[in-house]
Formats: sequence, C-alpha cells, structure tokens
Amino acid sequence: MFIVKYIKEVLSAIRSLLVGMRRTGYYFTHHKEIITEQYPDNRNTLVMADRFKGEVVLTHDENNEHACTGCTACELACPNATIKIVTKFDITPEGKKKKAIDKFVYHLELCTMCNLCIVACPTDAIKMAQTFEHSVYDRSELTKILNKPDSKIRAGIE
Amino acid sequence: MIIEMVIAGIAVIGLFAALGLVLVIMERRVAAWIQIRLGPNRVGPKGMLQSLADTVKLLVKEGMTPNGADKFLFNFAPFIAMMVAMLLMAPIAFAKDFQLWDMNIGVLYITAISSIMVISILMAGWASNNKYSLMGAMRSGAQIVSYELSAGLSILTIVVFTGSLNITDIITAQADGWWIFKGHIPVIISFVIFIIAVTAETNRAPFDLAEAESELTAGFHTEYSGMKFALFFLAEYINVFIVCAIGATLFLGGWMPFHIGHWEAFNQVMDYIPSSIWFFGKTFFLIFVIMWFRWTFPRLRIDQLLNLEWKYLLPISMFNLLLATAMAILGWHF
Repeated sequence: MFIVKYIKEVLSAIRSLLVGMRRTGYYFTHHKEIITEQYPDNRNTLVMADRFKGEVVLTHDENNEHACTGCTACELACPNATIKIVTKFDITPEGKKKKAIDKFVYHLELCTMCNLCIVACPTDAIKMAQTFEHSVYDRSELTKILNKPDSKIRAGIE
Repeated sequence: MIIEMVIAGIAVIGLFAALGLVLVIMERRVAAWIQIRLGPNRVGPKGMLQSLADTVKLLVKEGMTPNGADKFLFNFAPFIAMMVAMLLMAPIAFAKDFQLWDMNIGVLYITAISSIMVISILMAGWASNNKYSLMGAMRSGAQIVSYELSAGLSILTIVVFTGSLNITDIITAQADGWWIFKGHIPVIISFVIFIIAVTAETNRAPFDLAEAESELTAGFHTEYSGMKFALFFLAEYINVFIVCAIGATLFLGGWMPFHIGHWEAFNQVMDYIPSSIWFFGKTFFLIFVIMWFRWTFPRLRIDQLLNLEWKYLLPISMFNLLLATAMAILGWHF
C-alpha cells in the first residue's frame, strides 16, 4: 500500500541519518582517534601511514651487500623511465664472468611512486622508503645512484 | 527612551560581534573533532583567538566593487542581511524578564521578518552581475520560500498548544514541563521538521546550495570581499543563533529550568541555575546539533531538496498540525 511504503521510506531515511550522526558523534567525543601530525614540531616522533611511499631505496645489509642481480626487471616495469641500470661484468674466483650492477640510477624527479618496480623485483632488492623531505635547490641533485660505493651482491642470490 | 534605545542597540551590536567570534571558532573546532583533526591551534591559547585574527584580516582587506555590478544594490545587500538579523533579536527572551520588545505577536513577527533575508540574498546575487552569484541567489530563493512553509507549520503546532503568539506566554506555558515532553509525538515530529527546515532556511549544509563551493565557487557572495563579505558571513551565523534561540524557546522552554514532576529538591537545584544560562545552554545545544548535521551529511541536489520539502516535510507537517489541533481541542496533553 502506498502510505505504508511512504512511512517506511521516511523511517528508514531517519534511521540512516542517525547511523551517520552516531559515527561522527563518536569521533567528536573520542579525541584519541585524532590523526593529525603536527609535522615540523614532532619531526622526531612522526608516525607515517604504512601505505605512504616516499622514494625507492636499494636495501644494503651491514656487510654493504645488496640483493640486486641487475636483471633490469624494474627498469622494464617503470612506466616513465625513472630507473636506469648500468651493468658490468665481475670476474668470479673460478675465472668466470658474472653480470652485476655498476650503477643503479634513480631519477626521483620522474618517479610517481607507483610501486611497480618493487612488485617487479624478483629478489626483493628494492623497497619504498618513507622519507619525504626531498626538496633541493637543483634538479640534478634528484638523480641518485642507489647502490653504495664498493657494495657487492649478497652471496647465494642469482 | 532614546537612551534606552541606544543602549539596546549597542548591546545587540556587542552580542553580534561576540557571537560571530564564538560561533566561528566553535564551528571550526566541531568540524575538526568530527573529522578526526585538531582544528585551529596556533593563535592564542589552544587557537581560541583564531577568529579574532581572521576578523582583523577581513577588516583591513580592500572592499572591492566589480565594474559591471549595480553599485548601490551591491553595497546595500550586506546591510539588509545585518538589519534582518538585528530586527530578529527584538522579541527573543534571553533570560527571565530580559527581552527587548515583548510584543503580543512575537512568533508571527519572527516568521515574517526572517523571510526578508531572502531579499538580501537575491539582491546580492543579482547586483553582482555574475552567473554564479545569480544562480546561487535563485537557488536560495527557491529553497527559502519552500522551507518557510514547513518551518511555519511546525511553529504553528506550538502556537496551537499554547493558544498565544506571545513569546512570554509560550515560555510561561512551559513552566510545568517543556513542550517537547508535554506535547507527545506531534511536538517531537514538529521539532524534527523545524530543525530540518531552519537548517535549510539558514543555507547551511546539507542544504547549502546557495553557496555550493564545488559548483558555484561561493554562490551569491562570490564577488564580495573584505568587510562586506564578513557581514554576510556574520549574518549567516547570527541567523543560526536566532533560529536556534527560537527553537529553544518554542520546544525546549526558553529560559525555563528543567523540572521533573514532584522532585522538590531536584527542582530547587535546577531553579538555582540562572535563567540566562538555561537559555544559552539550550540554544548552543541546538547550534551544536546543526553543526553536527553540517559535518555529517552530504549535500542534496536541487531536485532532491525540493522533493524533500514538497513530498515529505510539508505533507507530514500538515497532517501533524491536524493531529496537534485535535489533541489541543480534546486536551490530550499534560
């Protein structure tokens, strides 16, 4: 019947409005939920969201070893040519030539933090860091070489 | 007589300035807490002087008048908005025996004067010679004209129960219990309708189609800057205060303390609280509810807005008025 449908509509509308007001009322009274970071003041205790992606880094362990084999999967995955891998050939103790990275060139100024390179990496050598204070005076400073000087590939990673 | 009028005028202007500052900081704080933010926290202790700093900024800004505008109407419109707000202060009872003008048609006066507000908005929108402004003003006109109806009908419910248009009579009729408790379901329905309708009449979200930032930049006050903008801004907040004061007077007993039946001790403690605190407490509670609406609900589209009024609020409030009249005649209230 029309009138019953009408009244039901009104009551369900009021109910849905009250559900919304209960949610916002909860936030209004529970100040511990506040997520504001007062950034320059709390720079040392800053809590970043897990999903925040700041820049690509190549992880090195304490022996200055990384896990990058120089396969260029990240370079191929990058949609705007942010990564450029320069390879070289190391001579192994057995006298064989082995491919390794010479320079892992990363153009931060071109990067959109899309995460495709991290997904593409077969050895989990690179990851996204949460740093964000990237301002510099010249854009050439944004072109970074991610592998540290004299770093080697970790043993056992092919 | 003249001195009395001057004192009253200064008091009203002082109240306006204080209300503007308090309501703006309150709105920003409520908005921040509801959106899990901190809100203003730089100027003064806990950011409490933020709205004062904003006012000083607006005072020293240049008041521009666009070239193509109708200069007289453009500059006159903000003052009409303020005048309406000032006129509406007259019949409001702020405390026991504290009222500027206790006229016998107080409620009628309020409903009549508050509909002049739309003229200042239409004037501002038309005189700006700007499409956004004109569209905002037209929407606002359609909105205020529609929602006046259900606001008026819900006010009539209380007038029917009290049998008087006099604000003092309405308040004294609530000495043994506020209408929202005494009037059963019809008064509760009309209270809900009143709150919805006045939110629409003061052009606040979720009914802020007249301003609609995302579509019309700022609606009717797109072209205003400096102090003229501040006057519109202030008038909006004063109107919120006034409609909440009227709501508190009609439904929540104005300055009447809260009494429960025969609990003499409890009632005496309640009487001990000054009547002005009761009035402002109730009014600010309603203001908080309206702010709560603003930061919870998404904005309606113009057709949804008119549907809500003409298909839902108006039929319900007409039926409700009928019910209330029957109840008042048969004496089915306390």
